[in-house]
Amino acid sequence: MLRGLGNPRFLRAVLPAISLAVILGAIFAVNPRTMSPIGLNLLLQLAVPVALATIAQMFILAVNDLDLSIGGYVGLVACIGATFLNTDPLLGVVLLGACIAAYAVMGALIHWRNLPSIVVTLGMLFVWQGIAILVLPTPGGAAPGWITAIMGFKPPLVPFPIVAAVVIAVVVHFALMRSSYGVILRGAGGNPRAVARAGWSLLKTKLAMYALAGLFGVLSGLSLIGLTTSAQANIAMPYTLLSIAGAILGGSEFVGGRVSPVGAVIGALTLTLATRALTFFHVPPDWQIGAQGGILIVVLALRALINRREVA
Amino acid sequence: MSGSKRQIVRLQGVAKRFGAVHALAGVDLDVEAGQCLGLVGHNGAGKSTLMHVLAGTLAPDRGAIVIDGAPREGQYSVAAAHRLGIRCVFQELSLCPNLTVAENARILHPAVKGWGWRGRAGRMIADKLDEIFPGHGVSADDVVGDLALGKRQMVEIARAFTVTDEPLHLVILDEPTSSLDSVTAEQLLVFVRKIVDEGVSCILISHLLGEVLGYCDRIVVMRDGQVVAARAAGEFDRHSLVSAMGDVAEDKKTAAHEARSANRDAAPVCVRARPRGKAAGGELVAHRGEIIGLSGLAGHGQTELLLQIYQAAGRRDRDTEVTGPVALVAGDRQADGVFHLWSIAQNVTVRSMRRMLWHGLIQPAREAAMAADWRQRMRIRTPDMNNPILSLSGGNQQKALFARALGSDAEIVLMDDPMRGVDIGTKLEVYDIIRAEAERGRTFLWYTTEMDELDNCDHVYVFRNGQVVADLPRGEMTEQKVLQSSFEQVA
Amino acid sequence: MSTAMVRIRVLLARPWIWSFLGALAVWLAAELFTGGQGAGELLTATLSFAVFMVIVGIGQMFVISTGPGNVDLSIPATIALTGAVAMKTMGGADAMILPGMLAALAAGAFVGACNYGLIRLLRIPPIIATMSANFLVMSTAIAYGRGLKVKPPPLFADFTTAQVAGIPVLAICTAIFAAVMGVVLHRTVYGRSVHAIGQNRRAARLAGVAVDRTRFLVYVLSATFAGLCGALLAGFSGGSSLSAGETYLLASIAVVVIGGTSVAGGRGNVPGIWGAALFMYLLEAMLNTYGAGAGLRLILTGLIIILVITIAGGDRPQR
Repeated sequence: MLRGLGNPRFLRAVLPAISLAVILGAIFAVNPRTMSPIGLNLLLQLAVPVALATIAQMFILAVNDLDLSIGGYVGLVACIGATFLNTDPLLGVVLLGACIAAYAVMGALIHWRNLPSIVVTLGMLFVWQGIAILVLPTPGGAAPGWITAIMGFKPPLVPFPIVAAVVIAVVVHFALMRSSYGVILRGAGGNPRAVARAGWSLLKTKLAMYALAGLFGVLSGLSLIGLTTSAQANIAMPYTLLSIAGAILGGSEFVGGRVSPVGAVIGALTLTLATRALTFFHVPPDWQIGAQGGILIVVLALRALINRREVA
Repeated sequence: MSGSKRQIVRLQGVAKRFGAVHALAGVDLDVEAGQCLGLVGHNGAGKSTLMHVLAGTLAPDRGAIVIDGAPREGQYSVAAAHRLGIRCVFQELSLCPNLTVAENARILHPAVKGWGWRGRAGRMIADKLDEIFPGHGVSADDVVGDLALGKRQMVEIARAFTVTDEPLHLVILDEPTSSLDSVTAEQLLVFVRKIVDEGVSCILISHLLGEVLGYCDRIVVMRDGQVVAARAAGEFDRHSLVSAMGDVAEDKKTAAHEARSANRDAAPVCVRARPRGKAAGGELVAHRGEIIGLSGLAGHGQTELLLQIYQAAGRRDRDTEVTGPVALVAGDRQADGVFHLWSIAQNVTVRSMRRMLWHGLIQPAREAAMAADWRQRMRIRTPDMNNPILSLSGGNQQKALFARALGSDAEIVLMDDPMRGVDIGTKLEVYDIIRAEAERGRTFLWYTTEMDELDNCDHVYVFRNGQVVADLPRGEMTEQKVLQSSFEQVA
Repeated sequence: MSTAMVRIRVLLARPWIWSFLGALAVWLAAELFTGGQGAGELLTATLSFAVFMVIVGIGQMFVISTGPGNVDLSIPATIALTGAVAMKTMGGADAMILPGMLAALAAGAFVGACNYGLIRLLRIPPIIATMSANFLVMSTAIAYGRGLKVKPPPLFADFTTAQVAGIPVLAICTAIFAAVMGVVLHRTVYGRSVHAIGQNRRAARLAGVAVDRTRFLVYVLSATFAGLCGALLAGFSGGSSLSAGETYLLASIAVVVIGGTSVAGGRGNVPGIWGAALFMYLLEAMLNTYGAGAGLRLILTGLIIILVITIAGGDRPQR
């Protein structure tokens, strides 16, 4: 199977790392001042919430679904975090718990009625957005101090976003890729019938995966307001696309339960850098939205190329 | 077998229907401890459905399930079957391709968890593989998706025999040797005999009657959802087994066929194809008006070649030459053939839509006329061709698919094992129609897994590992020769 | 049983009837609040706005009917781009109306062709392909329409807002358009091919259906209709706007799902799109009269879609 560097499996595994290195190198070349802990910190700050949202999306991808609502959901969490969690912490925690429960129910509904996840999550996108507008009608609110303190934490030597990214990647890797129940969760994406025939409940796996996605969506929203200190309903709308792109760039597949938490985190870092790089490279603001779509298409084109080699 | 032995399984009057199809029509089955039970019957006889009931993956409509002496209806499930020590290796593989061999072993065993589970699962499956298939060449860390089909089958079989905290009383093997080579198949059968002697029971389903006759204690024959014979293996021989499975004796059409195959070269060539990327083997040639059989073991490239010919129609292709319009009759009706939301009439006419047009619009009257015509010609049993296609039994659905192909403008008709799960009466009707259409100049390429269907063919090509390995004219074709070519490495 | 009962039963078995019943119920609820005042105006306004949802909805319906996973998320940006293209080409001159319309339709068709190119050549799932395309098209629209504030030609503006006895002319045209598309869906080889592919793509290929050509045309059709909608919408609202298409992302899918088209593919429905479009607009109007804000409107629309698909969605064949 291993035929050296041309091996598609190997290529696919290192594609995220290579693209990260390429973008980082390009930014350093254009602006050498970024090559310092403070510079890196600024560059990568927003990577933490994006990485968490990408992990959330990856859990959904692992069971062959797609979550178009994650952007609205992270926005809602941010709004709750900047209002209730600050003024009435207990109520805030209860509300965030309810959000996670709602995600799990969404997964159960999709499984129970065998519904297409795109339509259900697209409907939920508007529900989250609507609730967020009710919670916080105009931009504002304030993040609880403890969250801004965590996000502003400056460890010696290594910038915080890198520490956070490593922690996220390692924790999720062990929970999903190394634990004995993680095997069942991934198996449910690879061959649901086989998992059901071994006596496991597919409903439980869907519930677990959607609840995990909800949990990481909450973490993403809270870390986001830790950086922005205030919130608004539409604050995280681009996350839907970013999270899908990041997970796919990191080696996850749309079907078949093939996912990679480490890859997803690297993918999220790469995409955050890529959007930052657009300003460094003086891409006109008109084309910045389009460039995001373009990056996603380029990533998928590379993947298609590698996969074709695998078939051939 | 002595009657004093413990009964592991007793099924009584088990029935199951899918839509209009009676998959099981009241089946009784007994399995004793330490017994190897052979289960044979044609495709669609209900063997696999029965095993799904026993494994807990399908709930029967009625009937009693007694396991280990206690009735289990109502509360029987996959989990219950596992607890009672019943395992099943299904015909379609039940491994997760995205997981490693060890992880797949873990899926079967809830008890393998906690610290170091990965190592324990790996050792468990590796030990069992070593025991059953010495020299297997599979590592516990291999991702299943990377393994060849035969190795996956070995992993799945070994997994079924691993034991943790749950007991192991009965292992069902549904066509276990279908993707194994002869050496590993032999290893498996020897292992089965060994553990049967240790007291574990086995149910062996196989198309290879030699395996069943040689390794089983008792043989049960199924036909049309019922058990038609159940006796000790020693009381059967190949001939009595085949006749119990319901094969109707050879009829009189053979003579006419011999005559036709004699002047083969007079008719123009319609199809000339060589399996893509298999330069070593022979090529398949069909002349106008011939019925060509594609034979060999299941899954050895026959369907792929039919698809290759189907795709090559109407365009240039290096390996494939097709001279006329092509239609295909699917064997896997639900996956490849039927449009489940449509009526019977729409399903029949879809291949001929362009003939229904008048000023660019499909005319319902023309559609109805074609549907009525083919209802009568194929004798599709339905009160109304506007009924949904799924209201038909499996055999009649298949007739509708034949009507779709035969009613089209196709000169060449490809058939992908189309008689799966079709009752014998329907088969005989369709055989006659195929022969009549061939007389009129249509060419048929017929992949079949049933040996006696080859008697309808003018010429038979035998496939092995994707290659054409033998080319037998009608006069030289015998079951012996076909089998010999299918297993050449053995001979 | 009386024949009337039988007739009602037959009617209720049609999937599109529910969207009309829903529209009627919401309309009555709105009228109840206002005491019947302005009932006529409400209907006129409803018809005027529903027209645009119907046009994009029909395109989306063709896409969704080709089977699970097929959906066009590039409609909002396409509407924004084609609106700008139409206004710029027309340049406010009555003589340029036809070239402007054609330019808008061509721009739409081009977007659709690109969508299918991404899907086919890069093997990207349609959702992702059309979503990425939406971003690229949006950027094109921003760059193209920068500082653009061209008024529609007077004749065009008059046509898009004209009424006959309180019924918008555009609504009459769209009704005819919908009827034609209904015939295309049910009585042509193309429509049959769409339904065949939606039920089982593999079986369709093996039954001689031109799968690639049909799917290509479906995406081109959807984007072209978005182009038609974009041009008309720009004329109707007195100029193009970048945010013109925003609401149509969800609305186009919602009218298809609520209208009784099977999300699993293979069963399209044209009349239901009309009912659903009326329902969607009336729902918004009703919530407005009851004083509900944007948040509640979003929540209800989202929940209704999920409710409808939950009730209708379980019909996929279990294999």
